[in-house]
Amino acid sequence: MRTALRQVAAIVRKDILLELRTRESITAMIVFAVMAIVMFNFALRLRVDTFRPLTPGVLWVTLVFAGTLGLSRSMSSEQINQAIDGLLLAPCDRSLIFAAKAITNALFTLAVALLVTPVMAVLFDETLLQPGVGLVVLLGVVGYAGAGTLIATMAASTRAREVFLPILLFPLALPLLVAAVIATSGFLDRLPLGEFAAWIGVELAFIVIFWTAGALLFEYLVEG
Amino acid sequence: MTVLLSAVNIGKLYGLRPVLRGVSLDVARGEFVAILGANGAGKTTLLRILATLARPNGGALTIGGLDALAHPERARALIGLVSHQPLIYPELTARENLEFYGRIYGVPDLAARVETALRRVNLWPRRDDLARTFSRGMIQRLTIARAVLHDPPLLLLDEPFTGLDQASAANLSALLREAALHERAVVMTTHELSRGLDGVTRALILKGGRIAHALERDITAPALAALMTEA
Repeated sequence: MRTALRQVAAIVRKDILLELRTRESITAMIVFAVMAIVMFNFALRLRVDTFRPLTPGVLWVTLVFAGTLGLSRSMSSEQINQAIDGLLLAPCDRSLIFAAKAITNALFTLAVALLVTPVMAVLFDETLLQPGVGLVVLLGVVGYAGAGTLIATMAASTRAREVFLPILLFPLALPLLVAAVIATSGFLDRLPLGEFAAWIGVELAFIVIFWTAGALLFEYLVEG
Repeated sequence: MTVLLSAVNIGKLYGLRPVLRGVSLDVARGEFVAILGANGAGKTTLLRILATLARPNGGALTIGGLDALAHPERARALIGLVSHQPLIYPELTARENLEFYGRIYGVPDLAARVETALRRVNLWPRRDDLARTFSRGMIQRLTIARAVLHDPPLLLLDEPFTGLDQASAANLSALLREAALHERAVVMTTHELSRGLDGVTRALILKGGRIAHALERDITAPALAALMTEA
């Protein structure tokens, strides 16, 4: 178990180091997220008093699209110099490589969420900054990273990977998006937890399904 | 001599097209086996199967007494791979690349081992430079350091001389000869008869997915050229 954790930590650490050095994913994700909020602001004619019903949708569409940018980078960076073979030669179960990649993707998207959520709170809706919303964002991002890493791995071996990823991922992530939006609304509207707890359960189920599927299928997706 | 690698009746299909047809191969510690063949003969596919990077459609593979098809993750600890692709991260320094692989393999006393490996390939003075600033020859030396960092008993070399100039190739040859010592078993694929044959103890000619010829003495470029033409 300690060996597995050490191997996962080594891959996550390497990906973070690469990102700190190149700033390719996070920068693109943050710029995209801020631009998306600005675009939503003008396209939907958002004002502080009219923003509340739209807040969850704007937040989640922004996070999902920004997260997709990071996902497409996460596997393509392993294609340079065929570094993926170096990872696949590691003396570990390949599900650990999937887990490490998914953790990194989740961390990058959470970093964007940590920036975007306060910005939206300051500009439009201060009630966004509450622990309940934080929980929904955490679960949603972790679930999206699991499904996204799985699909990004499939897409990495195709020629049109940039196109293939969103086309496959967005329909797959729709249940998660719906659950996250409804759960976020529940917290913002201060509804009793019992009225929307099932949607948090959907987020949890999504995490279990796609992290398990990714761990089981990763080996077959990357092996020649 | 102890057999370290044993491949029996390995077959591989890409779609319906057979790439390897019943290849069998035993390699003992201290042996340096060269697998030669024209482009498309199946050399890289065979090496990827031996490295557990691809699964065969049939046959058995044993590495260090382990069933490498049933327990590939355990067998991988015994393998070092040098490919014409360096498998390193250009945005990490030479030291960071080796430290990363060292952590993955659980190499003890990592800092000292990395220093030893970089000194052996003459890259210690450039240890904190990004790999993307290295020449092709330096990259290939770093690749060798990466491949032997965890001291694997089996070294697999896939066209290691591709893209190297004469001086870099000579340098690489010397490094590979050194790496082949220490009771390692070495398997190298190549289509170049003029490079890297020093120290080879057995040469196999692969054609059409089968081992067509084996040469165990007088392994010279003319002899191999004749066999390849015949095959």
